[in-house]
Amino acid sequence: MLVDEKGMQEEVIRMSGTEPKKCMLCGKCSATCPPSMDMDVRPHRFVKNVKAGNIEALMESESLWKCLSCFACVERCPRGVEPASLVEAVRLLVIRQQGKNYLTADDIPELIASDEEIPQQLIVSAFRKYSK
Amino acid sequence: MLVCWCGSNIAGTVDINTVVEASKREPGVVYATDYQYMCAEGGQAMVRRAIEEHSLTGIVVSACSPRMHETTFRKAAAAAGLNPYMVEIANIREHCSWVHKDKEVGTEKAVVLMRAAIAKLNLNTPLFPGESGVIKRALVIGGGIAGIQTALDIADAGYEVDIVEKSPTIGGTMAQLDKTFPTLDCAACILTPKMVDAAQHDKITLYTYSEVDEVSGFVGNFSVKIRQKARCINSKLCNGCGDCIEKCPAKKAKSEFDEGLANRKAIYVPFAQAVPNVPVIDQTQCLKFKTGKCGLCEKVCLPKAINFEQQDEIIEKEYGVIIAATGFRPLSPERYGEYGYGQLPDVITSLEFERLMNAAGPTGGALLRRSNGEKPKSIVFIQCVGSRAEPDKGKSYCSKICCMYTAKHAMLVRDKYPNIDVSVFYIDVRTPGKNFDEFYRRAVEQYGVNYIKGMVGKIAEEDGRLRVQGSDLIEDTQIFVDADLVVLATAVEAQASARPLGTMLTASMDQNNFFSESHAKLRPVESPTAGIFLSGVCQGPKDIPETVAQAGAAAVKALGILSKDKLIGNPCIAGPDELLCNGCASCEKVCPYGAITYADKEINDHGHRTTRHVAEINEAICQGCGACTVTCPSGAMDLKGFTNRQIMAEVDAICR
Repeated sequence: MLVDEKGMQEEVIRMSGTEPKKCMLCGKCSATCPPSMDMDVRPHRFVKNVKAGNIEALMESESLWKCLSCFACVERCPRGVEPASLVEAVRLLVIRQQGKNYLTADDIPELIASDEEIPQQLIVSAFRKYSK
Repeated sequence: MLVCWCGSNIAGTVDINTVVEASKREPGVVYATDYQYMCAEGGQAMVRRAIEEHSLTGIVVSACSPRMHETTFRKAAAAAGLNPYMVEIANIREHCSWVHKDKEVGTEKAVVLMRAAIAKLNLNTPLFPGESGVIKRALVIGGGIAGIQTALDIADAGYEVDIVEKSPTIGGTMAQLDKTFPTLDCAACILTPKMVDAAQHDKITLYTYSEVDEVSGFVGNFSVKIRQKARCINSKLCNGCGDCIEKCPAKKAKSEFDEGLANRKAIYVPFAQAVPNVPVIDQTQCLKFKTGKCGLCEKVCLPKAINFEQQDEIIEKEYGVIIAATGFRPLSPERYGEYGYGQLPDVITSLEFERLMNAAGPTGGALLRRSNGEKPKSIVFIQCVGSRAEPDKGKSYCSKICCMYTAKHAMLVRDKYPNIDVSVFYIDVRTPGKNFDEFYRRAVEQYGVNYIKGMVGKIAEEDGRLRVQGSDLIEDTQIFVDADLVVLATAVEAQASARPLGTMLTASMDQNNFFSESHAKLRPVESPTAGIFLSGVCQGPKDIPETVAQAGAAAVKALGILSKDKLIGNPCIAGPDELLCNGCASCEKVCPYGAITYADKEINDHGHRTTRHVAEINEAICQGCGACTVTCPSGAMDLKGFTNRQIMAEVDAICR
């Protein structure tokens, strides 16, 4: 079956609510991103690939899971592109294809009980990554 | 009826033949034709011939916007003996062909616009413009290099010029610079002689430490109130010896000239070559003003020039033209948390760097760290700080000068201190300009400056040094550069005083608070408001060579008015029907030019004589904006050339 890359690109842009064409390739997102060096597709290239429509390749990239959802790139981007929102949208495509919720609200009490010092942002971030 | 193709601009979307044929059926049309370029010499000759051969009493030209060529066709009509105000333009380009894609729709609209113009022309009457005198004096607002150059050029042509400068000295931002690109001559060496020229010119009067308070009037006849702030020094008596400054005990104020990197006294001149060389007392810092005690300066001043009682003085003067030259400020980078400006003392702006490198600066030209006074081993420059961003993240434009001044800074450092490593983070290096790219390449090739394509995401202090975390986009990697000093190339920003001044001058401003030019290409130094001209960065970012060129251009345009004895006015002005005027004075309140007054007049109403309170228009001041005509509740006020009847006839023709 042929993959509808164009349709997926439109879906990613719609879900993220951001516009990759606004990117001027300054690299500030990748300069800011804390796990940038562990990524196979660093944030500025992630944006570039959404713009080019290479969504399938992005769906297989490790960057989806390396992203901390800290949104530092969104905060710093001078053009208002929101790279993290694009990462999140592609990740959602993957999670929805798998059709499985890895994390639900019911799991939270147990999660907190396991480690009382668990930062709140980690739980928010986990929700972004593991639930549809 | 004359229909223009404008090449394919109109003819591509409007069927010319249909418009021509439709016009022939309109009342009063005796002749209709078309031409490829009506504005060209051949087209204008055709206009003249048509008027003469057919004894036309009025013409409609269906063409581009009247802003573009109304004057052209009015001149052609006048040449053929027709009153120029018997010309109407139907805008079938900007209002029609350029906004429609479908030829059928475009043609239909063009026919309707043409019909409206004919209906209006049928009610036109010949109009004759009045004249007004010209006050042969120019006002330049802002005393930087732009204002100085404009003033010198006007004064050299023999006309009087006043410069109003809000700080205590002329010189502006250029006076703060160290060297200037691309030739690296010292800014003070080329600027201070011009400052002295301006001060000594018998046609130039300087009002420093002064601001424009109020502007009224119109081209040729502006009246301006200038507020000369209290210097607390009698300028006529002061001999500039500087004894007062020496003795002043209040030394905690931050020097504006040194960008806050050094302190100054409460009584001060901004810098040694200041013009005029007359100090100012900063009343917020002076002990005499704060505590009532001290007055040391008064005691040491031999010519008795100190006057603590001095008040702001309002000077009222009249001018024929006004030139805005308000310049810029560098944007404060404090909002960009990633750079830590304001918290990390070794992160500085480019203008602060200029002061640190300057031999007359706070360190005597020695490049030293702000934190510990030591010489840096490594310096990082960051370009595009606040430029090229979404409006909520900074300035949407390229500030134009930063690539070049950063290359200059990098080069100067490497020249003076070859052991200091210099890196520049950039997005693009933009160097359009004579000898500009060659200059940048010298920084790379001859001086070994390390250019890194990518932006910086974070600067953190680590063991007394700065760790700069950035992108290297060519290597596709995140890199860390250890630096002792970081210099931010901050965006150019319009002065905060620019917009209020624009409002005073009724000059239009853009969304970035730069003054708008009348035409981006063809009238780049003229404001759309008649008699207001633009010089330097107040119109948009530009470097010194461009500023000086524009300053000269603004002077020439201003001289075009000053050299005339009379200005031909616009006859399309308002006038009241005294029989209908009910004396309510609504028009007087809305008139933005103060052209309307009320007077008691004897009115002959069909043989019945009464004295009534009615509106009067000063024809020299009225600009024909029409605000009074739409405000008038009794319909007494009308605008010549755009009468209520004409407007209604146009609407009727469109709805027919």
